[in-house]
Amino acid sequence: MLEIKNLQAGIEDKPILKGIDLSVNAGEVHAIMGPNGSGKSTLASVLAGRDGYDVTGGEVLLQDDDLLDLAPEERAREGVFLAFQYPVEIPGVNSAYFLRSAVNEIRKHRGEEELDAMNFLKAVKAKMKELGLSEDFLKRPVNAGFSGGEKKRNEILQMAMLNPKLAVLDETDSGLDIDALRIVADGVNRLKGLDNAQVVITHYQRLLDYIVPDFVHVLYDGRIIKSGDKTLAHELEEKGYDWLIRDAA
Amino acid sequence: MSAHTDTIDEFVASEYKYGFVTDIESESLDPGLNEDVVRFISAKKNEPEWLLEWRLKALRHFEKMENPTWPHVKYPPVDFQEISYYSAPKKKGDGPKSLDEVDPKLLETYEKLGVPLHERARLAGVAVDAVFDSESIGTTFKEDLAKAGVIFCSISEAVQEHPELVKKYIGKVVPYTDNFYAALNSAVFSDGSFVYIPKGTRCPMELSTYFRINAANTGQFERTLIVAEESSHVSYLEGCTAPMRDENQLHAAVVELVALDNAEIKYSTVQNWYPGDEEGRGGIYNFVTKRGICKTNAKISWTQVETGSAITWKYPSVILQGDNSIGEFYSVALTNKAQQADTGTKMVHIGKNTRSTIVSKGISAGKGQNSYRGLVQVGKKATNARNFSQCDSLLIGDKCGAHTFPYIEAKNPSASIEHEATTSKIGEDQIFYCNQRGLEPQDAVNMIVNGFCKEVFRELPMEFAVEAQKLLDVSLEGSVG
Ligand SMILES: Nc1ncnc2c1ncn2[C@@H]1O[C@H](COP(=O)(O)OP(=O)(O)OP(=O)(O)O)[C@@H](O)[C@H]1O
Ligand SMILES: [Mg+2]
Repeated sequence: MLEIKNLQAGIEDKPILKGIDLSVNAGEVHAIMGPNGSGKSTLASVLAGRDGYDVTGGEVLLQDDDLLDLAPEERAREGVFLAFQYPVEIPGVNSAYFLRSAVNEIRKHRGEEELDAMNFLKAVKAKMKELGLSEDFLKRPVNAGFSGGEKKRNEILQMAMLNPKLAVLDETDSGLDIDALRIVADGVNRLKGLDNAQVVITHYQRLLDYIVPDFVHVLYDGRIIKSGDKTLAHELEEKGYDWLIRDAA
Repeated sequence: MSAHTDTIDEFVASEYKYGFVTDIESESLDPGLNEDVVRFISAKKNEPEWLLEWRLKALRHFEKMENPTWPHVKYPPVDFQEISYYSAPKKKGDGPKSLDEVDPKLLETYEKLGVPLHERARLAGVAVDAVFDSESIGTTFKEDLAKAGVIFCSISEAVQEHPELVKKYIGKVVPYTDNFYAALNSAVFSDGSFVYIPKGTRCPMELSTYFRINAANTGQFERTLIVAEESSHVSYLEGCTAPMRDENQLHAAVVELVALDNAEIKYSTVQNWYPGDEEGRGGIYNFVTKRGICKTNAKISWTQVETGSAITWKYPSVILQGDNSIGEFYSVALTNKAQQADTGTKMVHIGKNTRSTIVSKGISAGKGQNSYRGLVQVGKKATNARNFSQCDSLLIGDKCGAHTFPYIEAKNPSASIEHEATTSKIGEDQIFYCNQRGLEPQDAVNMIVNGFCKEVFRELPMEFAVEAQKLLDVSLEGSVG
C-alpha cells in the first residue's frame, strides 16, 4: 500500500528526515514512536504534502503512484488522511458544511455521486453516534473554540467520514481523557479493513493497548533505528529510548 | 519537491467578466466643466427653472471647494476639466417609448450582464431600472408597480412627471453644500432612479437599478431618491459594472433616502465596477454620498457588497431623527490587486431610544488596502441611544493592509456604545488543512471568505445573496498561487 524508500527531507537546508524506509501493507497498523523532535510530524507532513518541506531524496509510493508528485488535495483524494497533531481552527466555516465539501470532493474523485445535505446529515449523524460525539459539533465553526480533546475527536470523525486508504494519526491520543482515548481508538479500529492501513504516531504505550499495532518503529534523528512488534512498545515504556540511541550511535 | 509549493502571496490576474465595451453611437459632451455644461444637461432634460438654478448654485459652491484629502487612499489628482459630463446612446427620432423600442444592442448589453430587460426573460419579482452612462434606458414592471401606487422611474422622468415630489425632497438629506463630490453631483447629475412608496404600502416586488458605465472619459453622476411614506416598506438593490479601460473613470453618485414615520427602507448594493489591474492602472473611482433620514419608528438598513472599483470611498449613513428609529449598516468590502477602499458609515442619533447596528467585514488580498471609517454620534437629546459596531478584517497574503478608524461622539450620558474589532489572516496552515481534506486552495479561500462574510450576506435579498457570494469568489480568483 505505502512504500517509503530512503526518504530524505528538510526545511531550509536543515535536514530532518535522513533516509526513511518503511513499507506498510493493506490491513496493517504501524505505530511510530520516538523522542521529541525526532521527525515524526515531519514525516506525516511530507506524506501529506505540506508546503515548506524540501524532499532531497528517496521516493514514496501509494499503491504504485508517486505520491510526491501530487498536490496535497490530490493526495487526500487518493485516500491519504492526516489527523493533525494540532488541528487548525477555521472560524466562520461551519463544520457540517466543511465536512460535506470534503466528502463530496473525495466522492467526486472516486466517481461516486455527491451527497446532498440530507443524506450527508444522515450519514454523519450515524457516525457521530458510533463515535459517541455530540451533534453540536456540526453547528460550530471548524475547530474554533474546541477544546484540545474535542479537536482530536473531530479529526477522528472526519477520518471516519472520508474513509481513507492510508490514515496517519499524529499524536491523536495526546491530551485525551480516558473516554476520549477509547473513542479515538474505536474510530481507528472501526476503520480498519483489509484494503486500508493506519500509521499511528504516539508517545504512549497506553494507546497501543486499544489500537494493537502489527509493527512498532522507533524514529530517532530522522531515521528508523528499530522496528519490532507490539512488545517493543512495552519495552520502550519500561526502558525509555536511551538504550536504543546508544546502540544506534 | 512537487510543483505545488506556491504560497498564498503569489497573485495572478483574475479576469473581470464585465469588461466588454458596447459599440454604440453616443452623444457626448466635450470634456470640461462650466456653467454651459450645466445648462446643457438641464436643457437636454427639459428641466424646470428651479432645478437649473439649484444646479448652478451647486456648481458655484463646488468651484469654491477643495478636493478632500483625509481618506486613507492614494491617487493622482483628478482633472475635472478632462471629464465629459454627459454621454448617452444616440436616440433615433423621439427616442424609445417603451423597452420594446430600445436599441437591441443595449438590451443585449444588459442581457450579457445577467440583467435581461425584455418581457420574456425578466427576473421574476424584481423591477429593474437600467441606467447606461448618463441616461436611463428603461424600467421594467412599471405598470404593475403603478397599480400599487408605487412610482419607480428614472429621476429625469420623475422631474417631468412628479416635479412636486422631487422638489420637496431632492437635496434635503444631502444638500449640495455637504461635500465636494455632493456639490459636483448636484451640478451635473444626469440620471438615476426615483422611488416613491405611498402611505401604508408594502412595495410588491424588489426594486433594482443597474448602472453601467460604457463611454470612455465620461463620469457617471447619478442621483437616486427614495421616499417611503408613513408605514410603507421597500427593498431596493443597485448593481454596477463598467468596461476595462486603462484610464480611471469617475463615478460620483448621491443617494438620498427618506423614511417617514414607521416606514422601512432596505437598500442593498452589489458594486462591481471595473477594479483596474495589478499595477493600479484603470478602474473606477467610486466616490459616493449615501444618506438616509429616519422619522419616528422608521428603519433604514444599508447592505453593501463592494468588490469592484479602483478606489471606493463612501459612507452610507443614517440620521436617526425620529424617536425609536433604527439604522443598520452591513458591509463587505473586498480589495484585491491594487484596489483601495475607505468605507464605513455614520450613525447620527438625534431621537430618543434610537438604535444602530454596524457590521463591517473588510477583506484585503493582493496589494489591496482596506479601511473602515465609522462615526457614531449621539446628540444631547438622544436618551437611551444604543449602538453596536463590529468591524472585522481578513487578510490574505502579506502585501495587503487593513485599517480601522472608529470615531465616537456621545453627548448624552445614557448612551450605550459597543465596539468590537478583530483582524485575522487566512493562514497557510488553514489552507493546508482544507487541502488535506481534498479541497482546492481556491475553494478553501472562498469557503473561509464566505464564512467570514455570512452575517452580511444574510441581510441581502435572497435572489442576490447567491449572486454576491459568487461575485466574491470571482473577485478572489487568483488570490492563491
Ligand atoms: N518549520 C520548521 N522550521 C524549522 N525546524 C523545524 C520546523 N518544523 C520542524 N522542525 C524541526 O525538525 C525536527 C523534527 O520535528 P518534528 O515536529 O517532526 O518532531 P516530532 O518527532 O514530531 O516531535 P514531537 O514528538 O515533539 O511532536 C525538530 O528539530 C524541529 O525543531
Ligand atoms: Mg510531532
